[in-house]
Amino acid sequence: MKLLKTLQFSVTLALCAFLILPVLMSIAAGVSDNYAQGITHGLTLRWVAAVWTQYRQAVALSVLVAIACCAITLLVGVPAGYVLARSRHRAARLAEGLLMLPVAVPGLASALGLLVIYGSFGAFRNSLWFIVTGHIVFTLPFMVRSVAAVCASVDLRTLEEGAASLGAGLWQRGISVVLPVIRPGIVAGALTVVTLSLGEFNLTWMLHTPLTQTLPVGLADAYASMRIEIGSAYTLIFFLILIPLLILMQACGVNTPMAGHRNAR
Amino acid sequence: MKLDSVPIRLERCAKTFPGAARPVLKPLDLDIAAGETVVLLGPSGCGKTTTLRLIAGLERPDAGGRVFFGAEDVSARPIEERQVGMVFQNYALFPHMNVRQNVAYGLSIRRLPPQQIARRVDELLALTRLDALAERQIAQLSGGQRQRVALARALAPQPRVLLLDEPLTALDAQLRESLRTEMNTLLRNLGVTTVYVTHDQAEAMALGDKIVVMSAGAIEQIGTPRDIYHQPANAVVASFIGTMNQLEGVWRDGALHCAGGRLIAAPGAQPRSRLWFRPEDVILTPSGGELHGVVESATFLGGHTRLSLSGVGAAPILVDAPGRTRYATGERIGFSLAAEVWHTPLPDTETTTC
Ligand SMILES: Nc1ncnc2c1ncn2[C@@H]1O[C@H](COP(=O)(O)OP(=O)(O)O)[C@@H](O)[C@H]1O
Ligand SMILES: [Mg+2]
Repeated sequence: MKLLKTLQFSVTLALCAFLILPVLMSIAAGVSDNYAQGITHGLTLRWVAAVWTQYRQAVALSVLVAIACCAITLLVGVPAGYVLARSRHRAARLAEGLLMLPVAVPGLASALGLLVIYGSFGAFRNSLWFIVTGHIVFTLPFMVRSVAAVCASVDLRTLEEGAASLGAGLWQRGISVVLPVIRPGIVAGALTVVTLSLGEFNLTWMLHTPLTQTLPVGLADAYASMRIEIGSAYTLIFFLILIPLLILMQACGVNTPMAGHRNAR
Repeated sequence: MKLDSVPIRLERCAKTFPGAARPVLKPLDLDIAAGETVVLLGPSGCGKTTTLRLIAGLERPDAGGRVFFGAEDVSARPIEERQVGMVFQNYALFPHMNVRQNVAYGLSIRRLPPQQIARRVDELLALTRLDALAERQIAQLSGGQRQRVALARALAPQPRVLLLDEPLTALDAQLRESLRTEMNTLLRNLGVTTVYVTHDQAEAMALGDKIVVMSAGAIEQIGTPRDIYHQPANAVVASFIGTMNQLEGVWRDGALHCAGGRLIAAPGAQPRSRLWFRPEDVILTPSGGELHGVVESATFLGGHTRLSLSGVGAAPILVDAPGRTRYATGERIGFSLAAEVWHTPLPDTETTTC
């Protein structure tokens, strides 16, 4: 018995080490004076500062894209999720199935599609909105799914009928009953969208121009073209932005996007 | 607390759901007087909820059907304009609000002054004995408490009509009985026109001024609980409400002759070859008796013993024997029938099923 416990504990520990060690190593590299000579050689924030000055623009752009993407998926995805869950029509079930298609299709393919359609609209193609569009294609399904799942889990139809019987019109029902009841789904969806948008690389890499470089694209750039310490310092900054979001998601009981993808039905 | 109430009138209200081949409700007419409690009674799936939703305005009748509240034709009005109070089968309480907020909802929607809302909500919480639970979340309430919140919430905006869809079905038997009594007192005091849906005949008997017996989307009989029980209009009603025995025989010389013996007709009775009677119409006669049967089974039910007697007619006769007497299977016992059974109108015998 004791042996089994010990074994279990060791395996868990090993697994954690396996997952966390590369991250720790990377962070360590980002604050080392000279990584080749080891972390004991000296610690510095020099690299972090250097990354910040060089890629501040990418951080700002990423946050901007994430906010715009979140706003638009909220405006479109919440009503869509609600309608989808409430509809008893067969077309609604079909739409639900098709919804995950853009997620299943590789980001590169979606990006190519967008380039083929909009590539010739110069101003749009070169603007940040092009990236935002790509991110919406990728994240909207998660928002719709998240909202539709909550709508289906409570008997929204009867709650609305209850509100109507008490004299509430369409808008009053929406504001006083529907929105508060499905709020957990909306919050979960928004957090998922922001996290996915901040981390999205494949699609963004295809769509970006030198002036519309986001955080993950910048990271690839930093690793490819500069010393290991710069890339690692970049990772550190990336983590500092993402980790609070992930903690918030955990606190709100949101499944990680891919798990959510599998569990949504 | 007393509510203003209106009479309700359904005219040729049928209902066919989109895509369905057959109507769920055949065209039905129904008149409900102001302040009356009418119970819609029938087996599950016979269209009670649909009828209630037609009255509420949650469903529209097929072309030609009309719904009146008093003189006003409300057929085209949505539920939010009909001023009805509705208690749903699953209560449909708002999970994001506490008890007080749920009860206040209909008043807040009407933008009444806060003091007035608070006063009215307190009044209703007291009426439904929920004062102590006012700040509770819905998830923290028991089934019986939820039922009372749903009732208080429906009554708060002073509805013209109260509609209840199986409000006690979700509760356990004991609670159901005590709440039934409570509900009865409340409805009498409120004097609001009430339509109450149930499939429980005991509930229907206890609460209804009138009972509407439904089956397969049609009304079988409308009457007071006594009418329905003692003078069922047809075999469907007779078999759905309580237990009904049927005894067939041959009419000869002012008596009914059957396998169990010879039953002399009550004075003034019409000649009959078939009698319908309830278990309580049977009078057990330990010494002799006109008819005899053999105890096939005896089930002790506390207040009485339910006996099934064979060898009287075609089907076993069910009898409720009062008192502490023990009956053994195979025992032969004598009985006669109350004189009233000769005057019970014969329900027509064709059977419809749901
Ligand atoms: N929205 C609906 N769409 C299609 N059929 C329905 C709908 N609501 C009820 N029905 C059907 O109508 C019939 C009567 O239902 P209902 O009025 O709920 O019966 P009851 O309340 O007496 O149990 C049932 O056969 C049910 O399946
Ligand atoms: Mg029903």
